[in-house]
Formats: sequence, structure tokens, C-alpha cells
Amino acid sequence: MEERIITCIVCPMGCRLNVEAENDKIGNISGNRCSRGKTYAAEECTAPKRMLTTTVRVSGGIHPFLPVKTERAIPKGLIRQCMEEIRSVQVSAPVKAGDIIVKNICGTGVDIIATRSIPCQN
Amino acid sequence: MLKVDLAVIGGGPAGLAAALEARKNGIENILIIEREKELGGILQQCIHNGFGLHYFGEELTGPEYAERFVEQVKKEGIAYKTSTMVLDIRPDRTITAVNSTDGLIKISAACIILAMGCRERTRGTLNIPGDRPAGIFTAGTAQRFVNMEGYMPGKKVVILGSGDIGLIMARRLTLEGAEVKMVCELLPYSGGLTRNIVQCLEDYNIPLRLSHTVVKIHGKDRLKGVTVAKVDSNRQPIKGTEEYVECDTLLLSVGLIPENELSRGAGIQIDPVTSGPVVDERMATSVEGIFACGNVVHVHDLVDNVTMESITAGRNAAKYILSCKDTRSVGRSIKTVPGHGVRYIVPQRISDLENIEELKLFFRTNDVYRNALVVVHFGQKTLYSAKRQKLAPGEMETVKLKSEALAELVCDTSCDELKVDIEL
Repeated sequence: MEERIITCIVCPMGCRLNVEAENDKIGNISGNRCSRGKTYAAEECTAPKRMLTTTVRVSGGIHPFLPVKTERAIPKGLIRQCMEEIRSVQVSAPVKAGDIIVKNICGTGVDIIATRSIPCQN
Repeated sequence: MLKVDLAVIGGGPAGLAAALEARKNGIENILIIEREKELGGILQQCIHNGFGLHYFGEELTGPEYAERFVEQVKKEGIAYKTSTMVLDIRPDRTITAVNSTDGLIKISAACIILAMGCRERTRGTLNIPGDRPAGIFTAGTAQRFVNMEGYMPGKKVVILGSGDIGLIMARRLTLEGAEVKMVCELLPYSGGLTRNIVQCLEDYNIPLRLSHTVVKIHGKDRLKGVTVAKVDSNRQPIKGTEEYVECDTLLLSVGLIPENELSRGAGIQIDPVTSGPVVDERMATSVEGIFACGNVVHVHDLVDNVTMESITAGRNAAKYILSCKDTRSVGRSIKTVPGHGVRYIVPQRISDLENIEELKLFFRTNDVYRNALVVVHFGQKTLYSAKRQKLAPGEMETVKLKSEALAELVCDTSCDELKVDIEL
């Protein structure tokens, strides 16, 4: 089995965990000081997920850019692909916080939503 | 002259929470003064998530956290002036401000809450030798360019300082197509949250060079590169470890300074360690009727703590306005004293002993400690003692004193110093 080192981020302790993993199989986990670390390390090795936050162009608003986020965490491996898809998006003001900007980004089943309201200029 | 009961200087998270809490406690005539064109403060450019876990119990982005408070302020009908710069505050609580629609404004306030926040340390405070080419930014300036204005500061980036803003910008610039070559940190440990080291650097294979600094800047019109070097335990560059790194952009994430020009002008006593006003447990400053909260008092890691502290300021400002009792003449006061391993404590004094219900001390350590005891001494007595697995300067610590401990403060009049020590 391959050994991976994972820094736990569940709490500020930042334990260094040794995880034995092979594909989707998790072997022995050591170095953790609590059980939450084990759960985190196992997920980090098999299906790591991240929230993605970025911006899209907005026309006619009080700002030229609108901050957006994935509604839930998405697979870490798809972040670059999602950035590419979001880069081509442009919306028009007004926008309300929570508005869906891109539906089902990269087939993840997760929507990209606005994280602030942008009223029209004037 | 415009007359208000409460003037709040700054419409960021601190000012918004303080104004709302004052309204909740019965203050009608409130004015928030903000120099940006909209409310929300620095949160508007912090588009990443991780805000609000403690206060709202959910993870929000900066703009989402701000919007919750801005909406409430609007719903409550609290008055605010944006694009308005406060120029001067007098100890008698007259305020001079200026904007392009009203011109020069004079405001007389029964009470003032200072919530101006902080600003970034710049290249000038670091004394890095070399030319002065374009391409050197503070991390927060770059954050504003990228997230709000839509400009990329450069293509090949070196970041000096591993504070959270620097780490967040390493990821952000990478996602927007820049190559972040490395993050250099002068200290042997990072000042940023572990979570940011993992998710902003390790996820993108960006090297973190601990005990390294930038010793020279190259380039005349535009930055061409920097020389980095390892430093010894006295933070001095070690000869022979210099390395040239080609880059067109250098971001500085080297600390924040509370912005207290107005406070100094008003004659408020400043703590040389925090660079913020000396406050008591009510967030009252040394000048009657002037309170302060948020990053203008001391730099916080979490906005949730700013909100909580500002609620305290707002509630006590309301009490002051309604009672007109001088915030300074409260009889006996107790000093909080940073002991072994402690860099500073807020509040710096405890003054309203009769009315005290709970007391939270916020402090930072001066080094990383593992399995250490946090002990609060009052004369010969120990009022608090608890073990912490890890203490680090980058993470603000809290001690909450229970009512039995508070009773000791009130009863034992022979002692006037409350000391916090880190014991190994």
C-alpha cells in the first residue's frame, strides 16, 4: 500500500497523519489525536472536495465583477475545469445574492450562485 | 452642525454590528460614516468562504457575511453616509467629515464608536533594499484588483509573508492563471490558519519557504525578480543561501496595523503593543463617550470575533447615551498584565466592576507553545487555569472568567493587577 501524508484541518492542531491507501481502499491511519482526523484523512484520500469561489463579469452594475461560489463543495479534481466554464459567463445587473449564475457546473450537480447583490448603476 | 446620539466611524463588520446593537438597545439617532462607496468594509473583497462559522453556525463568503448586516441596517432605517471621509475627531466628540455632495460636515455626537479597522504594512515598513519598480503590492491591494476591479497584478508571483491574506491570494492568483512561485515566511512557522496552508498552498503545490525572506528587489520600471535568502534564528539573512527568483509581481502579506490617526487626534490613549486604543471590558476608550471595536482595537483572525466585540461596544455605548454616566469615573479599576509568553491582552483594564456579569480576555502568545497551561493570576490567587494543546501567535486565545472569579476581583481590593501567564 502507498503511504500518504495528510495535514488535518478539522481543528487548529494541524496533525500530520500517515495514511496507507491504495486506490479507494484505506488502510492504517496514524498520527491523528482524535477520531475526526481519521474521517477527514479517509475522505481526503478517496474523494477530496473543495468549495470554489471566484468572480464573473457583470454589466450595468455598480461593480464590474460579481463574486460567486459553488453551492456545495465539488470534487477537487474538477476545480480547473469549473474555472474555465465560469470564465466565459457574463451576467447583467441587477443580481441578488443567492441567484443561480451557472446551473450544474461541469456536470457536478452543483450550481454556481451569486454571493452578493449587485444593483444597477443609478 | 448635525447633532446625533451615536456616530459610528466605519461601516465595516465592526461598525455595522455596533450600530445595530445600539439600535436594539434603544438608540434612535445613529449615523454610520463610511469612506467607501458602499457599506461592508473589507469583507466585500474577501470573496472566499470560511466566515461566520462561530457567529452564524455556517460557512459564508465575505460578501455574504457583510450583506446580512447591511440588509439589517437598511431594514432598521439606520442612517449612513458613504463616500464620506472623517478628517478629525475632537475629545468633545465633534466630528469633521467631508464628501462631494455635502462638502464639509460638522457633526456633534453624544457618543462615538470608532470602527475604522486596520491597514496593511507596506514595503516601506520592511526596508527591503533595491529599486522601486512597479509590480510590488500588498496582498490586500492585489485582492481588491482581482476580486472587485477585475485586474490581474501580474503573471509570475512571489508572496512574502504567510498571513492568511497572502495564502488566500496565492490560491486566487493561481486559479486566475498566474504562476505563484513560492511563499516566503521570515518566521519558522506560518502565521496563517492550517486550513489555508493546506487548501491554498498544498492543493496547488505552491512551496512554503519557512525562515526565508526577500533580501533584494531587481528591476527598474517593472519588477524582474527578487533575491530570497534563508534567515537564522535572529531573523538575519544567512550569507551563501541567496537565490534569485524570476517574477514580475511581489505580494506583501506582512501584517496589519490598526488605523488610529483619528483616535490619536482625539487624545485617546494607544497601547503600543496592539497599536489600538486602550479599552476596558465595555470597549470604552480613555476619552469620555468614545468607544472602539474591531480591528481598530487589535487585529482579529476571525470576523466572528469582531462582531462579538462590536456588540459589546454597541450595547455599552447605548447604556452610556441613556445614562449620561462618564465612562471613566467608575471608581476602582484593574489592569490586565501580559505575563510570561503573552504578547498582549484586550481589554487592557477592567473598570466597571460593580456591573460586570462576565469577562472575556482576548490575548495572543509571543511564540508557539504545545501542551501549555493558560493561568490567570490575581495577586496570590489563581482565578483560571486550563491546558491548551497548542498556542500560536497567529491564533487569538480567549479566557472566560466565571462569576466566582469575578467576585474575587470585586472583593479583594488590595490587588489591582490581573495577570495572564503561559506555564509549561
